[in-house]
Amino acid sequence: GPPRPAPAMNCRAEVLEVSVEGRQVEEAMLAVLHTILLHRSTGKFHYKKEGTYSIGTVGTQDVDCDFIDFAYVRVSSEELDRALRKAVGEFKDALRNSGSDGMGQISLEFYQKKKSRWPFSDECIPWELWTIKVNVVNLANEQERQICREKVGEKLCEKIINIVEVMNRHEYLPKMPTQSEVDNVFDTSLKDVQPYLYKISYQITDSLGTSVTTTMRRLIKDTLAL
Amino acid sequence: AMDTDLSSQDRKDLDKFIKFFALKTVQVIVQARLGEKICTRSSSSPTGSDWFNLAIKDIPEVTHEAKKALAGQLPAVGRSMCVEISLKTSEGDSMELEIWCLEMNEKCDKEIKVSYTVYNRLSLLLKSLLAITRVTPAYRLSRKQGHEYVILYRIYFGEVQLSGLGEGFQTVRVGTVGTPVGTITLSCAYRINLAFMSTRQFERTPPIMGIIIDHFVDRPYPSSSPMHPCNYRAGEDSGAAYPSVEDSQEVCTTSFSTSPPSQCVFTVTKAHFQTPPPVVTDTLKVPVMGLAFSHQLSSSRLSYQPAALGVGSADMGYPVLFAGGLNAAHPHQVLVWYKDRDFCCPSSNTRSKPRRMRSLVTQAICLYCLCCVSLSLFSSPSEDTETVSNSSEGKCGSPHDVLETIFIRKVGAFVNKPINQVTMANLDIPFAMFAPKNVELEDNDPMVNPPDSPETESPLQGSLHSEGSSGSSTGNTHDDFVMIDFKPAFSKDDILPMDLGTFYREFQNPPQLSSLSIEIGAQSMAEDLDSLPEKLAVHEKNVKEFDAFVETLQ
Repeated sequence: GPPRPAPAMNCRAEVLEVSVEGRQVEEAMLAVLHTILLHRSTGKFHYKKEGTYSIGTVGTQDVDCDFIDFAYVRVSSEELDRALRKAVGEFKDALRNSGSDGMGQISLEFYQKKKSRWPFSDECIPWELWTIKVNVVNLANEQERQICREKVGEKLCEKIINIVEVMNRHEYLPKMPTQSEVDNVFDTSLKDVQPYLYKISYQITDSLGTSVTTTMRRLIKDTLAL
Repeated sequence: AMDTDLSSQDRKDLDKFIKFFALKTVQVIVQARLGEKICTRSSSSPTGSDWFNLAIKDIPEVTHEAKKALAGQLPAVGRSMCVEISLKTSEGDSMELEIWCLEMNEKCDKEIKVSYTVYNRLSLLLKSLLAITRVTPAYRLSRKQGHEYVILYRIYFGEVQLSGLGEGFQTVRVGTVGTPVGTITLSCAYRINLAFMSTRQFERTPPIMGIIIDHFVDRPYPSSSPMHPCNYRAGEDSGAAYPSVEDSQEVCTTSFSTSPPSQCVFTVTKAHFQTPPPVVTDTLKVPVMGLAFSHQLSSSRLSYQPAALGVGSADMGYPVLFAGGLNAAHPHQVLVWYKDRDFCCPSSNTRSKPRRMRSLVTQAICLYCLCCVSLSLFSSPSEDTETVSNSSEGKCGSPHDVLETIFIRKVGAFVNKPINQVTMANLDIPFAMFAPKNVELEDNDPMVNPPDSPETESPLQGSLHSEGSSGSSTGNTHDDFVMIDFKPAFSKDDILPMDLGTFYREFQNPPQLSSLSIEIGAQSMAEDLDSLPEKLAVHEKNVKEFDAFVETLQ
């Protein structure tokens, strides 16, 4: 057959924006991140001889939001859910403590590791970057809050459709790795599913409009392994 | 020159993938409209029956319907597989909500690897379908189904029919997968106009009685495939035995290779495959909609007509109404009264949100239903089937007849007189009974205006000294409901000379609280106001003491 095209060295970037009330930040972020990771996770690989492998099964579950009229589907993996909740919780706290106008962004980056020879450390090459810009609004009364529940729910429906559109483009995905390479492409530390290697970071915009970067290392131990 | 012909093994694999993709697509869509949250587990070891590496359960009846519709064919150009989702109310009105279309077009991707890339992309497409099925308007409607309406599905194969979706329907594309024989496209067209526009746009079927039987009148489509409720549970009730998943499904064990593409190894093994015995499925289906509904069936012969008012449902916390309001600005606007909220808000897809519908009148309707609900909770199984069948054979033409039917029923131990003070305009629109009534309703609502207390002596006095009063009703001057017989369980008590039943009968019409009467209330208010200056003077005198007390608290 024809030779495989070289992987794109440009990282594709997608930006989503939402305006939410303070108490909706966590659920809105989780809905978006889980939807992305649903598409970017596979079952666990089991390598057999002769370079063949089989793939485990990914379960899914519905999640209802408490503060938004919205429901979404996530991968059935408590480890993954915990990791995302931890990241989103920190983002929410940072937003609240920053004293800013309530603007910030959280980023989900998918990357590949490229092994380098000693003494150089491995490179992390991003291939897809999702940025979710968040604008926190304050509401005056219960009626406004009710409208906000519905409106944010509708907005999140639009975001899910946007995410699915991007996923459907079938653009570059890392080549399926051999057993020795699998940790350069996938996060194999979870016991039930296997997302592509990812890292989450966030930035809070202070009232002057400058970014205060708080990069949070990815929550999985591979970061420190050389 | 490249060999672009598909190898026969690839062709067979591709056909199998498309077939199972179609079946899984139907499962995902129908399960997303069951009204429940779905949860499946991840498994790190492949079980061999999870197509596309996703844990999607197979409801046997749904698979059966899908296979029947496909009749051995696969989606191809001009032959699409469609899953139609519609809503059907307890009165028999129905409305199409969505059409999910699995189509094939001619654009071929000859170079794509079937066993690998196509398979993984189909898996991705199913994930997208899981996500998208939760964001169309029908999802939220389906989560609240059960009392006022059910969600039905219908599978057909052939040409896509979108005319039942009303004006201005929207489409969302779930995704596409290119294959060597064409491009698979999955999309959804959904209704955005949830208002019931006119009587012509939906079918009138006789009122649903007892159990839901759906049969159809003049479906506009050439295909006559029957509708099915999304939350039908096969195997609970029905005699039809669908083969279990393990017996009937082809097993897919896949192996992937990371070697260069030309050496792709792909094995598919079939477990022993049993053709399900041909089951004659009829247009008559008996949906058993989970616990609340079956409870309803056992406690009262009538299940759905009272449910139009929210009566008879076991877990009725708040009434659920579907009110077709006569709003001047938007006639026939649909308002959906959510079960878990105590107010009524317009369905989120209507353009304007007339808050004024949240008025005294609708609250009165709410109270009225609560009244009916609480009274119905005391009903015991009815022996009186005659009235039931009479009422259920009522025509659905005049809304007045329908309403009258409901109130003439004998459910449990209550004997009703027709409540003729509830009148409504003779409108030939659905849900006419929920058209906003004039204030007349409120005046006649016993919950809002409790009837005057009888002039007799206190019922307490009367009952303590009466004997053998069970079986007769006392002092009921304003009866709409006369209790004939009430035998509560565990109600005997040695301490008091009366049982719970007697107690209930004696005290069911207590006199009005004196503080509720206007004169006495006004009087006591006037007294309070008069005494205020005096009280203030006393407090001022003791102000030092109060301040000292406050200090101790700080």
